[in-house]
Amino acid sequence: MLTAARAAALSGPEWLRERRARAAEELAVMPRPSEKEEVWRYTPIDELELDDFEPLPGGAREDLGALGSEFVNGVVSDLRAYAAFATVVDGSPVAVDRTGLPASVRVGGLEGDPLLGQVLDGGDALVRANDAFLPDAVVVDVPAGVTLDAPVVIVHWCSAGCTASTASFPRTVVRLGRGSSAQVVEVVAGAPGAGRGLVVPVTELSAGDGSQLSYAALQVLGTEVWHIARVAAAAGRDATLRTFSVGLGGAYDRSRTDALAEGPGSTTELRSAYLGTGSQVHDIRTLQDHAAAHTTSDLLCKGAVAGTSRSVYSGLIRVRRGAVRTNAFQTNHNLVLEEGAHADSVPNLDIEENDVRCSHASTVGPVDEDQRYYLESRGIPPARAERLIVLGFFDDIVQRCPVPALVPRLRHEVEQRLVSALELRPGAHEAAGQEAEDDG
Amino acid sequence: MSHLEVQGLHASVGAREVVRGVDLHVASGEVHVVMGPNGSGKSTLAHALMGRPGTIVTEGSIRIDGTELVGLPSWRRARAGLFLALQQPIEVPGVLLEATMEEALAGNASPGNASPGNASPGNASPGNASPGNASPGNASPGNGAVAERLVEEAAAIGFDERFLRRPLNVDLSGGERKRNEVVQLCVIRPKFAVLDEIDSGLDVDAVRAVSRRIERATSEWGLGVVAVTHFHRLLRELRADKVHVLVGGRIVSSGGPELAEELERTGYGLYGASDADGIGTAGT
Repeated sequence: MLTAARAAALSGPEWLRERRARAAEELAVMPRPSEKEEVWRYTPIDELELDDFEPLPGGAREDLGALGSEFVNGVVSDLRAYAAFATVVDGSPVAVDRTGLPASVRVGGLEGDPLLGQVLDGGDALVRANDAFLPDAVVVDVPAGVTLDAPVVIVHWCSAGCTASTASFPRTVVRLGRGSSAQVVEVVAGAPGAGRGLVVPVTELSAGDGSQLSYAALQVLGTEVWHIARVAAAAGRDATLRTFSVGLGGAYDRSRTDALAEGPGSTTELRSAYLGTGSQVHDIRTLQDHAAAHTTSDLLCKGAVAGTSRSVYSGLIRVRRGAVRTNAFQTNHNLVLEEGAHADSVPNLDIEENDVRCSHASTVGPVDEDQRYYLESRGIPPARAERLIVLGFFDDIVQRCPVPALVPRLRHEVEQRLVSALELRPGAHEAAGQEAEDDG
Repeated sequence: MSHLEVQGLHASVGAREVVRGVDLHVASGEVHVVMGPNGSGKSTLAHALMGRPGTIVTEGSIRIDGTELVGLPSWRRARAGLFLALQQPIEVPGVLLEATMEEALAGNASPGNASPGNASPGNASPGNASPGNASPGNASPGNGAVAERLVEEAAAIGFDERFLRRPLNVDLSGGERKRNEVVQLCVIRPKFAVLDEIDSGLDVDAVRAVSRRIERATSEWGLGVVAVTHFHRLLRELRADKVHVLVGGRIVSSGGPELAEELERTGYGLYGASDADGIGTAGT
């Protein structure tokens, strides 16, 4: 149960224990999320009995098991080179390989300095639950003027759902000092057979003045698990902050990214991709928040729904008073691959300043007829043409990943699911048989 | 020797009949040019031949070597040996040209592909159609031949080699897209190609290069051509065997290359039509 007593049972330095206790107290009296709120509209959040979940106390290296070790090794070999590699079990860093890291850069668990809450302080019941039950956190602290050429990689192995109604609360804090540059990858995974567990990651990204931060997150949890993730990012003066999230696993997968252009001249770039199969629900929320002049934000979200899966994209561009000369763009494309699937797209603008340039565009629909005809006119049978188009639709966003080393892995994860989703569609086998017959 | 025979073809778009009885007989190696004013039904004729969804053949037949194409989906018409170079080639984000050509050649039985010196049948084996190889961006092993042919064909018509690695038509100019169509045509090597306004968007030098390449294809593998155009200029390098004048969805006159020169001088007025009084809008 998510009680103050459970929070108090977690170990850690004194400041952290106090912080958890405060959060648990607040959580006890906060309203639970409701579908009646705009921010949870179109979601199944009313089904979530948040208080029934048992918080996992944080794992040890042995808890990875054979599956977890194999997964971690797979990521290591896919990425080839990295500056640091942190293996995290249920929110606790259990191993950090910092072979490629300069001594001045810190990658590891929480220590004396409370970096938590510097970008995201407060928040809804889920963020509060993370504050109250995080066993530890992964801190990536890059001092001023340091450039990391290879990515810092964090793999979260989550055992939520492996025993009934368990929840884990991974926390990550990334801080880049003035003029520094780094790429950070987070992969959130768990045993494929896990039951209804809950994973609530919170990631805070802070890009100092003139810094360049590229962040990419890939979620490949089991299809019974609920994943409700929050990324809060802030870019300082002339900083460039890029985020990329790909949601593939989960029964309900929510990814909310709030990107604040805090310093003048800062740029934020948000990219999201999702693929819904079976009865999954993917829920992508973005906020492009402009608080300073001459700032730019650009969002692209692309995804597809197959089977009876659903998706919602809801994004807001907010231009606060004083944020003159803002450029903000928002594009969302959704492919609906089967009749039983559904996608909602809800772009919003909230503009309090005059001298700004904002645009949004969104599409929801099946594979484009003209594209299909074009490929078929080259002699490509319909099922193959569609597969090329849909794979291409995803490749178009995957190759924009700001951490290029992650692209092959992303491609593989997307293709594997996509090819089986397309083959599961009614009629797919007859069509393939007919084509094969013709080939013969 | 192959034959494309179009007989009494009528085709509608929506409720409107746009092609109203067209007969064409094209043999291997021949070049037929169909000229006509805007809205005369040229593009609809091209799409009716290729089987675009929404362009409905209501009467008539289209045969390649006796195989009836009416009623077949586009991809089967392509495999029977027909190719259409689109007037406005479509952008397909994320889908690379090379992956597309590999898919196109897998199972393509056109004689051009089986002729000596071209891609060996091994390159068109069903093995190339495995999910891994279908992925965009993956040059599947053993398919160097497709990549080589693309490079060779691009060079022949001055299509920038860098564009070969782009997703289909993405960020290409109108002229580059047309050249891309010709590159694909020459990699696929169909029996017959319908060229829908292949010259529009191309500058004089590009028209010359493209025309020469197509002219060469007519002898190289006996390509038969139906070139639909407004303009005479395509014919400076591409030797026409027959010129047909399409007005109001019908072929109102047929003759040799001299007919194109005459049209250049007189326009379509003689045939009871001008650019302004076509039966539909441009591009139908």
